[in-house]
Amino acid sequence: MKKNKFSGVYAALMLLFLYAPIIILIVFSFNSEKGYSWQGFSLKWYKELFSNELIMKSFANTLIVALVASVVATVLGALAAIGVHSMNNKVAKGLIKNVTNFPLINPEIVTGISLMLLFAATRMNGNGWGTLIIAHITFCVPSVFLSILPKLRQINVSLYEAAMDLGCSPAKAFQKVVIPEIMPGIITGFLMAFTYSIDDFVISFFTAGNLQTLPITIYSMVRKRVSPEINALSTLIFVVVLAVLLFTNIRDIRKEKEREKKSAARR
Amino acid sequence: MKMKARWASYPYIVWMIAFTVIPLCMIVYFAFTDGSGSFTLEYIKKSAYHIPTLVKSIYLAAISTAICLVAAYPFAYYVSRKSYSKQKMMIMLVMLPMWMNFLLRTHALSALIEDNGVINTLLMKLGLEPLQMINTEGAVIFGMVYNYLPYMILPLYSIMTKIDSRVIEAAADLGANTLQTHKSVILPLSVPGIVSGITMVFVPSVSTFVISGLLGGSDNYLIGDLISVQFNSAYNLNYGSATSLLLMVVVIITMVIFNRLETEDSEATLV
Repeated sequence: MKKNKFSGVYAALMLLFLYAPIIILIVFSFNSEKGYSWQGFSLKWYKELFSNELIMKSFANTLIVALVASVVATVLGALAAIGVHSMNNKVAKGLIKNVTNFPLINPEIVTGISLMLLFAATRMNGNGWGTLIIAHITFCVPSVFLSILPKLRQINVSLYEAAMDLGCSPAKAFQKVVIPEIMPGIITGFLMAFTYSIDDFVISFFTAGNLQTLPITIYSMVRKRVSPEINALSTLIFVVVLAVLLFTNIRDIRKEKEREKKSAARR
Repeated sequence: MKMKARWASYPYIVWMIAFTVIPLCMIVYFAFTDGSGSFTLEYIKKSAYHIPTLVKSIYLAAISTAICLVAAYPFAYYVSRKSYSKQKMMIMLVMLPMWMNFLLRTHALSALIEDNGVINTLLMKLGLEPLQMINTEGAVIFGMVYNYLPYMILPLYSIMTKIDSRVIEAAADLGANTLQTHKSVILPLSVPGIVSGITMVFVPSVSTFVISGLLGGSDNYLIGDLISVQFNSAYNLNYGSATSLLLMVVVIITMVIFNRLETEDSEATLV
């Protein structure tokens, strides 16, 4: 049992390593002065954060880009998964899967500059909205495609055929049988695309032109190293992420418990 | 399933050709031409001057990947042997920092180690000499490990949690001690997780320009910084493309080597 205790301590240390810097940021986001010696509690940096127009504007831009990009990526990716699933040509399928993997294994910086080259060569720079949204769709759509494709493979073919035997048109059968089955994949894909898009810095950095997104604004502030508002912002983001994760996980664990209860009752 | 829906994939195919295949071809095109569009090897030769920078990037990324692997392996194993709800809880704790933007995580580190940061402020209060931590190689490695550690833990954990406890018990029954069990049972079974963990840490580390830029100072210039400068400040697209090509070649070679390792090993376990 001694060994077990030791590995428990090790696990705790790992988590401490992951969280210590974040906890320190949270603590100093309430510091009344700049710098990292404690001067007293204050909400000053939160007030400054919310009155910082650049941060608020880039936050709005980030949300707009993420929403447009993830909706388009979801439609494109869902259609692609359905299309590829009904293909018989193995060579074409293999090629599509390889191209899908490109943006996932390529370093982000390479994806970013390759798109920048394309936009420069076709003079598509404009105001940044178009290029940024195109770039975001491009790195989001493979994940949507890959989260829907396995769901299609799990569908029982007989169900689709039965629907048609019972008088459904192929379109109706598709709507009644296929769509409900792949819906979880579509939702996962959409959420993945949305979070990737909100979080992206590297590819946006090369394709956004003059448009400011939140990560780009954060980068320019962090580079100067004197920006306590960033600590306040980190705290807020941390709290939001924590709330989302807790909410989804508690729901999951509760479902699991209910299932256990039900199966116990059946016995 | 007989759905006549092949057409549905055409928009995706067109999109991927236009915005993934063609842009990658353009990197190659720009790397081998000059500003007027005629063929030249000048920029490829020039980018060869940066091989020391490339070697340094590979070196720092390799050290960080090794540290991540060594640190994550026992942790992932520990988590994978816990009960279902405890596993879920701990994996959530690992993923939570991952969901914060990596710029903020890197900023959190610099707040710790910068000249007037948390650690030095504490040291000075205790009457000790402040340490030079930021703008060193160690700071860059620290940044890479801190940012990408979860990317090593998660694939390791997800493969280890599938290992049947009875296999481990069998090894113990047959007289293997902990070390032997790890060496001949758990480690070989974890190889696919190790391989994907290594690529998930190594690729972003070797190509980073943010971590080196924020924590490394001017002495720790990596290949990513170089590419980023050529595209943003110097705006030399040809030179930048040649350097990116160099980086791409390194990444592709690493992927090929590691994927081969994985397939060889899974064949070995099948026999």
